[in-house]
Amino acid sequence: MTQLDTSDAAAETLKGGPRRRRVRMTGRGVPLPLLLPALVGLAFLLLPLLALLVRAPWRSLPSQLTSTEVWQALQLSLFSATAATAVCLVLGVPLAWLLARTEFPGRGFVRALVTLPLVLPPVVGGVALLLALGRNGVVGQWLDSWFGITLPFTTTGVVIAEAFVAMPFLVISVEGTLRAADPRYEEAAQTLGASRFTAFRRVTLPLIAPGIAAGSVLAWARALGEFGATITFAGNFPGRTQTMPLAVYLALQNDPEAAIALSLVLLAVSIAVLAGLRDRWMTTS
Amino acid sequence: MTDTADAQLTGSQGLDAHLVVDRGTFRLDVELTAAPGDVVALLGPNGAGKTTALRALAGLVRLTDGHLRLDGAELDRTPPESRPVGVVFQDYLLFPHLTALDNVAFGPRCQGATKAESRAVAAEWLDRMGLAEHAGAKPRSLSGGQAQRVAVARALATHPRLLLLDEPLAALDARTRLDVRAQLRRHLAEFEAVAVLVTHDPLDAMVLADRLVVIEQGTIVQEGTPADIARHPRTDYIAQLVGLNLYKGQADGHTVTLDTGPTITTTENLQGEVFVAFPPSAVTLFRDRPVGASARNLWHCEVAGLETHGDQIRVDLTGELPLAADLTTPAAAELDLHQGASVWAAVKATQTHSYPT
Amino acid sequence: MTRSARRTRRTLQVAGAGAAALLALSACSSSDDSSSSKSDSSASASPKMSGTVTVFAAASLKESFTTLGKEFETAHPGTKVTFNFAGSDTLAASITSGAPADVFAAASPKTMAIVTDKGDGVGTPATFVRNQLEIATLPGNPDKIASLKDLTKSSLKVVLCDKTVPCGAAAQKALTASKLKLTPVSYEEDVKSALNKVVLKEADAAVVYKTDVHAAGDKVEGVEFPESAEAINDYPITLLKNAPNAVAAKAFIALVQSAEGQKVLSAAGFLKP
Repeated sequence: MTQLDTSDAAAETLKGGPRRRRVRMTGRGVPLPLLLPALVGLAFLLLPLLALLVRAPWRSLPSQLTSTEVWQALQLSLFSATAATAVCLVLGVPLAWLLARTEFPGRGFVRALVTLPLVLPPVVGGVALLLALGRNGVVGQWLDSWFGITLPFTTTGVVIAEAFVAMPFLVISVEGTLRAADPRYEEAAQTLGASRFTAFRRVTLPLIAPGIAAGSVLAWARALGEFGATITFAGNFPGRTQTMPLAVYLALQNDPEAAIALSLVLLAVSIAVLAGLRDRWMTTS
Repeated sequence: MTDTADAQLTGSQGLDAHLVVDRGTFRLDVELTAAPGDVVALLGPNGAGKTTALRALAGLVRLTDGHLRLDGAELDRTPPESRPVGVVFQDYLLFPHLTALDNVAFGPRCQGATKAESRAVAAEWLDRMGLAEHAGAKPRSLSGGQAQRVAVARALATHPRLLLLDEPLAALDARTRLDVRAQLRRHLAEFEAVAVLVTHDPLDAMVLADRLVVIEQGTIVQEGTPADIARHPRTDYIAQLVGLNLYKGQADGHTVTLDTGPTITTTENLQGEVFVAFPPSAVTLFRDRPVGASARNLWHCEVAGLETHGDQIRVDLTGELPLAADLTTPAAAELDLHQGASVWAAVKATQTHSYPT
Repeated sequence: MTRSARRTRRTLQVAGAGAAALLALSACSSSDDSSSSKSDSSASASPKMSGTVTVFAAASLKESFTTLGKEFETAHPGTKVTFNFAGSDTLAASITSGAPADVFAAASPKTMAIVTDKGDGVGTPATFVRNQLEIATLPGNPDKIASLKDLTKSSLKVVLCDKTVPCGAAAQKALTASKLKLTPVSYEEDVKSALNKVVLKEADAAVVYKTDVHAAGDKVEGVEFPESAEAINDYPITLLKNAPNAVAAKAFIALVQSAEGQKVLSAAGFLKP
């Protein structure tokens, strides 16, 4: 019975079975055609970061980092990336559920649409957001005339731009986990008297928590580094819409040293947060 | 099962279902009736539609046609969460993130009980299942047998009027299986409403169920009591599948005295109430009482019927011990078997097996 | 401010001017060229002149330089002019890191200095045009903006260029000179994004270059302000030391500085040096 097989596999995944069973290979056991490109790949990823460290203006670093603009930008970045991740969670998890668990005409097409922000140049995404939610946008003009809400040039605008770009990461990650998870757990919950929503909330959600965590981390990281959509949709104003990547880019125009310093801060903070999350979230599931 | 008995079952109590599920290439069309206290086993090869029938009863598959009444109430359009139906799934599907206690408490909680109430109910059920000390355990740390019992407790904790069991013993290894089967049998016997179980294992079906319903390609090919079906298989598949002589009796060491009188010598050394089973192919027939053979497991019978199934002939025997025997066609010819012929049936002790009930 | 808002010229007119310049150029290009001249203009192209000229030019030069490039190619068959339009800082950075280019036209002496300080230029850069700031407002100027001071009204959403880019620095200079304090909703990363915010009607006004207002056609309306005189940007152009095609590059620079070139540039809104 194939259904049994897949459900077993899913159950294993959920229990973290394969992870524990994974055989660790010693360095000698890795075939050269794999090892060599792997190491080159690693170097390729790390070398630019290393160069950043080597050329960092260590002497002027303390003075660079004590400026209020840096802290403002960093605070704003952390806040808006976290808020954007929250938006992604609230909207993205149900969307992922819809894509993974229901049948409707054109689902494949909708799925492709969801991933569109991944391939769209972020600046274009920003322009698209302006056209939709801007003061004169398709929806934005009503927001303005009915509620007096304008989103561009506001911190909310930053959050929206970041969420727009980061959401596909979350949706794809959660949808993958949902597809791997056994839908029969939801059925089991239903036969015990749970409505579909209760089943989702009390059974599915805890089951896919690792996938949601992984997706959130991805989305958060993407939001933190977001530049194009943010500067296009929300503009650049210190303390309100100037996030770290914007500060870095503008510093690069006339003070590359400051840009490197800012980048180091962003790197250090993201590494610290991601490492912290990994320990707390990814492994205890 | 006679027509009058069927008619009695379609009263307001119990299960009265006509399940039609059309999936284009596959069509399930099965009528099922059962009175409260009945245990019905759906038996059939893979892909026959057993599980679909079960899912239709649970509401997880929509009926294309037909009806479903439980204790007189129409359930055709009722969503699964509103049906008084409990399900024990094939691999139990215990929620891996909840403890055994919370798994069992899930149903009562969904039915509106408070957290404390539902936990109290759950604790009671676990206790009844002999799992009180495992209440705090996560499913992954339970053995197969324990998980199965938690699954049964979880299904029963919602007080279903219809209990569905999908291959309840398939996930267990041979040894736990005996134990769990015996326990499950007791729980099913205590269960006051209708139980329907799906299995492909004839022994499970015969031990656990009062009545077998054999499904092939979406339709019922035969139904009746286990012994009935074993002796009069209507298709080759059933003959192969239900090729089992099954009896109940009191064991005293290697000897089992059947409730109807005769004794059977078995391999196992057991005490108390047991089942004894041996396949029809283990039976040897003689026209005359074999000389020199030990008197153990030798019975004088009369041929009640002969049916050809493939290259085998199934002989239905009545007499001292009603049983089914499989012979090859030449062997049957040599014995000149015909209805009413008197024969001696012998079975080696090594081919009989007994199980505690 | 007595000066009233004035509509900038239409794109059509710009295109017309460009076409006129083109005709003028092909008619008298032979006199420009020091090489042997013939009555046939196609033969007037120097036989030595061929191949690709790579021009790194400030983004604000895009429209006019593209026109000039086409003229150059017509006048000198066999040549091809390729452009890299971007922010002057970005271009300067790529040139000093060894990008193969023949000509660098910057939007400010400061960015040009990055290149010349490294010794990557040949000779002293020449200022070929100047650019003046202008206020870009929504079409029809619905907010009745007439001066730089009008921009400080709190009800207006104004965008400026970031101080790190030339247009932002120039705007700051003008604001400081007139002792005005202006808090924009955004400091944009370059002049085109600042202008785009007005084009998309997200901002009510932006302080940008005259040429940008020009290029945007009727999507925005330009308002001149006298303080812009305090912050006029010089555009220097230079031949690069490692130019792969120095001969053609010199000819292109000559075209930019020629009367025909200046005509195209002023049609785009640039001021004469």
